Amino acid sequence: MKKVLVVLVFISIIVACSSSDSSDDTPTPPTPTPPPSGTAFQRSAMLENWADNIIIPSYQDFSSSLSDLNDAFGNFTVSVDENNLLALRNAWLEAYLAWQRVSMFEIGPAETLDYRLNMNIYPVAVEKVETNISAANTDLSLPSNRDAKGFPTLDYLINGLGDTDAAIVARFNSPAEGSDLLNYMESLISDMVMLTDQVLQEWTGSFRTTFVQNDGSSATASVDRYVNDYILYYERFLRAGKIGIPAGVFTSTIAPENLEAFYKGDISNQLFLEGLDAVQDFFNGIGFNSSTNGVGLDDYLDDLEVIRDGQNLSDIINNQFDTSRNVIADLNSFQEELRNDPPVQLLLAYDEVQRIVPLLKVDMLSALDINVDFQDADGD
Amino acid sequence: MSRFKLYIHQKTEAAPLAVFRILFGVLMVISIIRFWSYGWIDKLYIQPKFFFSYYGFEYIKPLGQFTYLLFLICAIAAFMVAIGYKYRISIIIFFLSFTYIELMDKTTYLNHYYFISLLSFLMIFLPAHAYFSVDALKNRNKAFQYIPKWSIDSIKLLLGIVYVYAGLAKLNSDWLFRAMPLKIWLPSKFDVPILGNYFGEEWMHYAFSWGGALYDLSIPFLLLWSRTRWFAFMLVVIFHVLTRVLFPIGMFPYIMIFSALIFFDARLHKKILNVIAKLLRVNTGYFENKRQFSLKNKLFFKLVTSVLILFFAIQLLFPFRYLLYPGELFWTEEGYRFSWRVMLTEKAGYTQFKVVNGQNGKWFYVDNTEFLTSFQEKQMATQSDFILQYAKFLEKHFYAQGHRNIEIYVDSRVALNGRLSTPFIDPNIDLTKQRESFKHKSWIIPFKDDIKGI
Repeated sequence: MKKVLVVLVFISIIVACSSSDSSDDTPTPPTPTPPPSGTAFQRSAMLENWADNIIIPSYQDFSSSLSDLNDAFGNFTVSVDENNLLALRNAWLEAYLAWQRVSMFEIGPAETLDYRLNMNIYPVAVEKVETNISAANTDLSLPSNRDAKGFPTLDYLINGLGDTDAAIVARFNSPAEGSDLLNYMESLISDMVMLTDQVLQEWTGSFRTTFVQNDGSSATASVDRYVNDYILYYERFLRAGKIGIPAGVFTSTIAPENLEAFYKGDISNQLFLEGLDAVQDFFNGIGFNSSTNGVGLDDYLDDLEVIRDGQNLSDIINNQFDTSRNVIADLNSFQEELRNDPPVQLLLAYDEVQRIVPLLKVDMLSALDINVDFQDADGD
Repeated sequence: MSRFKLYIHQKTEAAPLAVFRILFGVLMVISIIRFWSYGWIDKLYIQPKFFFSYYGFEYIKPLGQFTYLLFLICAIAAFMVAIGYKYRISIIIFFLSFTYIELMDKTTYLNHYYFISLLSFLMIFLPAHAYFSVDALKNRNKAFQYIPKWSIDSIKLLLGIVYVYAGLAKLNSDWLFRAMPLKIWLPSKFDVPILGNYFGEEWMHYAFSWGGALYDLSIPFLLLWSRTRWFAFMLVVIFHVLTRVLFPIGMFPYIMIFSALIFFDARLHKKILNVIAKLLRVNTGYFENKRQFSLKNKLFFKLVTSVLILFFAIQLLFPFRYLLYPGELFWTEEGYRFSWRVMLTEKAGYTQFKVVNGQNGKWFYVDNTEFLTSFQEKQMATQSDFILQYAKFLEKHFYAQGHRNIEIYVDSRVALNGRLSTPFIDPNIDLTKQRESFKHKSWIIPFKDDIKGI
C-alpha cells in the first residue's frame, strides 16, 4: 500500500515539475456542478469590444482623415495659394485630432512598426528637415529620420515656413525651393498613409483574432499587456509629452518648443483634450464615435465590486478624468500659459492630470491583479 | 539537563539526512540553471544602474560580469553538496556565495531565498556526508550508518518554524475576515481549468484563506505524528502544487515538497537511495557499517551545540521584532522581512520624487525609469527603507551634476489589501536630512485603517 503511495506521490511531483502551467494535478472540486451563473466577468467580451468597436473603427477613421489630407495636399500642389493652404491646414488638423484617438493603441502591428514614434515625435528637428528637403530622395524609413517626418514636420511645413500665410505660399511658389518642399511633403504624407495602411490591414486581418483570443490572465495575455501599454501612454505621452515636458516639470526649465503642434501655436490644448477624451472613453469601453457604452475597464472593476471608501473605484477614476478635463479646458492654448515662468496655471493643471496615474497604476492594477510591466521574476 | 544530555547523544539512521542533502543540492543546481537560463542574472544584477543594499551590508554589490562566476561557483558548490564531495567546504562555499547573491540587491528579497540561506547555514554543522556520499566512499573512516538524532531534528525544527510562523502571520483580520489578498488574487486566475470557474466566488476566497492558515499551523505536527504522516504529505503535495499553479513562485514548492520527506523514517530513504545506487552502480551495503558519528572533540561539540541553540533562539524571536515598532506592520513593513510573511498582502505603490533647490525654490520631478528597473521601482514604492536609499542616491547623482542646496521630497501613494491608495511618506519631509537606522521612521504617515491580529 505504502509502496503504491510512494510511486503515486512521486509521479505527481514529476508531472508537476515538468509541466509548469499544467493543472493536471489540481484536485477536482467537491461538486462537479456547472460553473456558477454567468455573472463572471468575461475578458473576451471586453477584448472584442475594444477591437471591434474602438480600435478598428478609430484606425479606419484616422485612415480616411489621412486620405482627406492627401486630397487637400493634391489640390494644394495643383494651385499653391492661400485658400488651398487653409484647406490643407484644416485637413491636417482634422487628421491630427483623429490621430489622438489611435496613438494609445501601441500594441501588435503598431508596436512592431514603432508606429507612434514614426508618426508623431516632437519637437521636429528643423535642420534635419531642411537638409532632407534640399537633398531629395530621403529614406524616411530610417530611425534617424523619425524626428523629421510625421505630423510635427507637416506642422513646420504648413505653419512654420513664414510669418504670414502669404509668406508661406511664397516659399512654396519660389522656383529655388518650391518643388523640393512639395516633394518632401508628398513623401511625408505617403509615409504616414503607408504605415497606417499596414497597421489597419493587420487589425482587419489576422491580428484582431490573435488579440481577442489571447484572453487569459498571464503577463502576456492581451488584457494584461494592453492595460500596461495604455497606462504607459497616459503617463508618458499624454501627461509628460503634452504637458509635463514643455512645462519643465522634469528639468525646472520651461520648453515651449516642445509643445505638440508648436508652429500652429494655438491647438496644443485641443489636441491634449482629444487625447484625454480618447483615454477616458477607452476606460469606459465607449465605442468610437458612438454613445454605446460597451464592456470596458470600468465594468471589469465594477464586476469585481472594487469599492474604495464607499465609492466605486471606476467612479473615482472617472471623476478625476472629469476634474482634469475641466481644469485643462479652462486654460488657453498652453503656449499662452508658457509665457509665464514658472507657468503656474499649467503646473497646477499638470498635478490634476497626474492624480490619475496612481489611481490607474496602483489602485486599478492592484484590484485587477495585473502586474506593472512584464516582470518575469519569482514572487513568494 | 540530563534529559538534554541524553537527547543530544541519541543516534538515528543517517539515510534521511543523506537523501535530504542530495535533493537539496540537486534542486539548488536546477534553481541556478533556471535563473541563469531566464537571463535573470543579467536583468537583475548587471543591467540596473543602482542596487538597493541591506542596511549594514552596503559593501555587498553585484560584481559586473564576474557575477556570472559567482553563480557558477554557487552551482558547483551545490553539485558537490549533492554528491557529498568535500562536503564541509562545499556547503560553506554554497552558503557564502548564495547569501552574497541575496545581499546584492534587496529588490529580489524572497522569503524562500532567506530559507535557503538559513538551511545551508544549518547544514554546515550537520554530518550530511556521513552516508551515501563521495567523501564516505573515498574514506572508510568517514562513513557512518548512524548520526546524532538532533541533526535530523534540527531540519524538522527549521521547517516547523517556517510553517508555523507563516500560519501565525495569517491570523489577522484582513486575511481571515476580509479574505484579503486572496479575494483580489483568485478571481484573476479564472483560466485555471475547473477550479478557475469558482475563483470568483466569495466562499472560495474564504475557504482558501482559512484553509491556508490551518494548513500552515498544523502541517508540521501532522508530519511529526507517524499515523498522519502520509496524509500530511499528500496535503503538502496538493498545497504546494496548487500554489505553483496559482502563483509565480518558482522552485519553492518543489523545495518544500522534497524537504518534507525528512519527516519519514529511514526505510523510505533507504529505498530511495537503493534506486539511485542501482543507477550509479554503487553498493549501499558499504554504508551499513553500524558505525556511529559523534563529535569527539569536546570543544568542537560545545561550539556546534551552542551555535545551533543560538541559531534557533534567534529564529524563534526575530519574527517578533516588529512588536518593537509603532504602527501597522503591513503598512510600515518595519520588521516585516525575515519573518515568514509569505504571500500575505496585496500592495502596490507609486512615488514621484521632487528635487528642490532650497535656496531659490526651483524644482523638478525625477523620472524614476531613468535610474530604476520597473521591478525595482515597484518594490521601492511600498517600502520606506528603499525610498530613503533611493533619495540619497538621487541627492548624490544631482550633486555630481552640479546641483546645490538639494532637498528631496516624495509624493507617494500606497494601496494595501484593496484599500484606496493613500499617501505613504510625509510629502513635507526632506529625505536628504533623514538617516537610515533600525529605529522607527517617523516620516511614514500612519495607516488610516486598523488590521487586528498577530
